[in-house]
Formats: sequence, C-alpha cells, structure tokens
Amino acid sequence: MSEITKLTLKDTIKDLEEKKFSGEELCSAYVDRANKLNPELNAYLTLCKPQKGIPAAVKDVFSTKDIRTTAGSKILENYSPQYDATVISRLKPVDISILGKANCDEFAMGSSGENSAYGVTRNPWNLEKIPGGSSSGSAAAVSADMCVFALGTDTGGSIRQPAAMCGVVGLKPTYGRVSRYGVIAMASSLDCPGPITKSVGDARTVLEWITGADGKDSNVAETKKVKGKMKNDISKIKIGIPTEYFTEGLDHDVKITVENAIKQLEELGASIVEITLPHTEYAIAAYYILIASEVSSNMARYDGIRFGGSRDLFGDEVKRRIMLGTFSLSVGYWDDYFAKAAKVRTLIKRDFEKAFDPSTGSGCDVIVGPVSPTVAWSLGEKIDDPLKMYLSDVYTVPPSLAGIPGLSVPCGFVQGLPVGLQLLSKHFDEETILNVGEAYEVSTNWHLSKPQIANSE
Amino acid sequence: MAKLTTNEVKTIARLANLPLTKKEETGFSSQLSKIVDYFDELRAVNTKGVDPTFVPVDLENITRKDATKPCLTQEEALKNSPAVDNGMFVVSKITSNHLNNEQ
Repeated sequence: MSEITKLTLKDTIKDLEEKKFSGEELCSAYVDRANKLNPELNAYLTLCKPQKGIPAAVKDVFSTKDIRTTAGSKILENYSPQYDATVISRLKPVDISILGKANCDEFAMGSSGENSAYGVTRNPWNLEKIPGGSSSGSAAAVSADMCVFALGTDTGGSIRQPAAMCGVVGLKPTYGRVSRYGVIAMASSLDCPGPITKSVGDARTVLEWITGADGKDSNVAETKKVKGKMKNDISKIKIGIPTEYFTEGLDHDVKITVENAIKQLEELGASIVEITLPHTEYAIAAYYILIASEVSSNMARYDGIRFGGSRDLFGDEVKRRIMLGTFSLSVGYWDDYFAKAAKVRTLIKRDFEKAFDPSTGSGCDVIVGPVSPTVAWSLGEKIDDPLKMYLSDVYTVPPSLAGIPGLSVPCGFVQGLPVGLQLLSKHFDEETILNVGEAYEVSTNWHLSKPQIANSE
Repeated sequence: MAKLTTNEVKTIARLANLPLTKKEETGFSSQLSKIVDYFDELRAVNTKGVDPTFVPVDLENITRKDATKPCLTQEEALKNSPAVDNGMFVVSKITSNHLNNEQ
C-alpha cells in the first residue's frame, strides 16, 4: 500500500472514486508514514489521526478548532483555537481532513525553518540542509509524501521558497484572493495563504477550493474563479525574463538550470523577451521595513491576557522584527523609513505593471526567473547573520510587495538538491501561470523525482 | 559605527513592551544597526512625488450588513486565558504599571 502515498491529489481523488482503495486505507497509509518519518524530519508539530477524508498538512499558523495551534512559538504553546480559519472550513466540505499541523518559522518569520521554537525541520533531500521557510514543515511533508498536499502562507516567499528547496509545487495567490481570517498574522498587507502540492494541477484544485470572499477579510473580493482545466497551448504566451534576476548573487549552476527551463518553455512555443525590473535591488530593504512595522503592530496583541504566554517567550527573530518595526514607526524615523519604504513599494509595483502592460512596456503574460539564488543551504549557515538570511529572499519579495501571484515549479537539481522555477503574472491572473507551469511540468519529469527518504518503506 | 546604541535598544524595547536580557540588548544593538544601515540604501531612490502603497491591490471597501451573528460563548471565549476571575479576563493594572515605569 506504500504506493498510495505517492499519488497526487488528483490521482488520489480519482482512485477513491474508482474505489481502488478506501478513505480509511488512504488515511491509515498517511498516518503510518507521517508517524514513521516525523522523528527524522520534524515536519509536524502536532499529528492527528484522521480516519476518513483526504489527509492534508496545515501550517501551524492556520487556526484549527480544538487542535493546538502554536505558530511555531512558545508563546502559543498551549493555544487551542475556538474556531477554524476560513481556508480550513472551506476544505471540510470537499472531504479534506487534517493530518497534522506543520512546523514553521516562528510566526512565519524566517527563510530556513530554523526559527521554529520546536526545532528545525530537515530537508527530505538532504537531512543536513534547511527545507526553506517559513512554510518549512508544509513543504517537507509534501516532498516526503507525508500528506497529499499542504497549506502554507507566503508573505515574502514563504510558500514558493520552501517548495523550491524541497522539490515540490508552491502557489502564492494574488493578495486578496484567499481569506486571511483565522490565519495568525505576520504582515497584514502581504500575507497570502496558498497551497503546496505534488503537481501544478493539484495547486489549481486547492486554489479553487480556498478562493473567494467570506465577509470576514475586508481585503478579499469576490473574483473570477480559476478554470478547473489547464490550457495546453502556450504558443501565444509572451514570457519576460528580468535582467535583474540573473545578476551577481545568483548561483552559477542554479542560473544554468533556470536558463534550461526557459529554453524548454521556448521549445513549447512561448516567445521570450528580456525585461527590466529596475527597482529590484531596493526590494529587500523596503520589504523588511514594511513587514517589521506591520509585525510590531500585529504582535502587540500578544499580551498574555486573553490567550498565550508572556512576551519574553518570543524568539530572537520575532524580537528583532518587533524592534525594527517599532524603530521604523517611531517619531523622527517614520518619514525616513516606513514612509520611504511604502513609496519604494509603489515603484516596485510599477516595474511589474510596466512589464505586463503592452502599451507602455513589454506586454508580457508571464515573468519567469529563479525562486531563490541558491539551493538549500546547510543548517546553521545563516542563523547568526539575519541580514544575509533576508537577502536570500531577493527574487520572491518584489512580487510580494506588488501583490501579484507567483508559482514555484521544480525545474532540476544542483548537487542533488532541487531548484525551483518562479512564474509570475498580473493581479488575479493565476490562470496563466498555472497553464504555463503545467505545460512545463508535463514536458519534464522533475516533479516525479522523489527524495530517497520518500522511497523508503 | 553602531546606529542603534544599547540605550536606544532599551528605549525601543520599552516602547514595544518587550522584555530583553542584557545579552539581547548588546546583541541586538550590533545586529539591528547593521540592518538599519542596509535600510539606508533606500535613500538613493528618488521618491519625489511618488505616493506610498499600503495595500498592493486596488480594492473598494468591502462591507457586510451590521447584523448580529452567533458568537463564542463566555466559556469558549475565556478558555485560552491564563487568568480568569468570575467569568472575566484578569488584566494587570495599567495605570500603576505606568507609574512604576516612570520611577
């Protein structure tokens, strides 16, 4: 029965319908596997024992009624939410069950998974490497077949980057497509819940389930649904390659891997144009000012009165961001830091608008580049140098500031570690990146590669 | 050159209601200074006449009817609180704390 856990969500649904196995068999296969591999990978903080439904991993920042929700923090060690996040309640009617709460960087703050108060998650491809973050456990669990799919959140790359580093698919939807109700907040003007899956088609399916207004998140509009079926033909697609994403800092082998993927897209019929996103180099500074400011405000709620422990229980990175945000928002610094960063955000957003606009810019349908400048680095490598850690988000942060959707698709390996291809499109145009991503995926075999640990019995 | 001295770190920590150890104060002073120095690279960007962006997508206000709906019971609402008295949250005395801080 070990083959069950290798199936994509779509194949799992099909096989359940065809009664090749029962929901009980499916759950028990995943529960066994998750329990067996978790001591090594630490992908789950809480494991449940679902007996029916399709088992999914849920990042521990999603409120789950009566299931402990820690956000990877000691301050919420004993917190048991009174209600489900909208995304969770949307999954129940389509027969999804919660297999467990996935490990993550504390309050989703981190790029390596190492900021969890409950120990680091290990990369299934190499246990000495980071899995990426902040949705570290979610990506590792999908990669090691410890769930059918997972939910993560992406503020500046937290779905796309761990998905890339663990060799699975990650989709950050447009800001305002998926409700944040019940999602423990990091930076409210950027947080996006989304899926981490074994295939692009699965990401499309999960996005359809979780999309749409709920009357509880005032930034979520009722939008056009994503079509359930892919469009194979990408011959009319114009793909922009941003010069700034291929400069110094990008690992040579990662560069070659991504360039090969672009060639593949060209062979599939897409036209390729070079574009420029000139404010890319300022994105990290602007991003960390803005999110630290929003963090310092969001974290003020942890007063240990209604729920949670005392504020000395915050970990180092959370404290650093609260401090940086309080600094950026304080009298005398507001104009120089917070207001300046918000203006730079406008310029970054305009860079993308121009690239997508046929009348003033290149008129691209999709922008393609690397997800991360390197493959997964060694555990501990950047933990004492927060600035170095921040700079690793250089390709995922600009699209987050612009609020546009981004997809990470496996596109090869460097030194046995997965590389992710990032596809970006206009606001609310997930359809196009899913089409292009899926056309790429079916023309390659990268998504079929499994880490050795996933092949173990 | 440390942009944020240990004293400034202490002041910010007090504003943020964040208890820091001596070791953290020193460590954060150098780490945060390095990060703030990096933030200063934004000075090179010409933002004259540029409006700030606070939300990345164009949204109208999305509202719902102002009507009551079922909500948590008192018991449920209190269940995660570390200190409850007589069906209410126990809070610290804000005014007396404030006075203590000023001393």
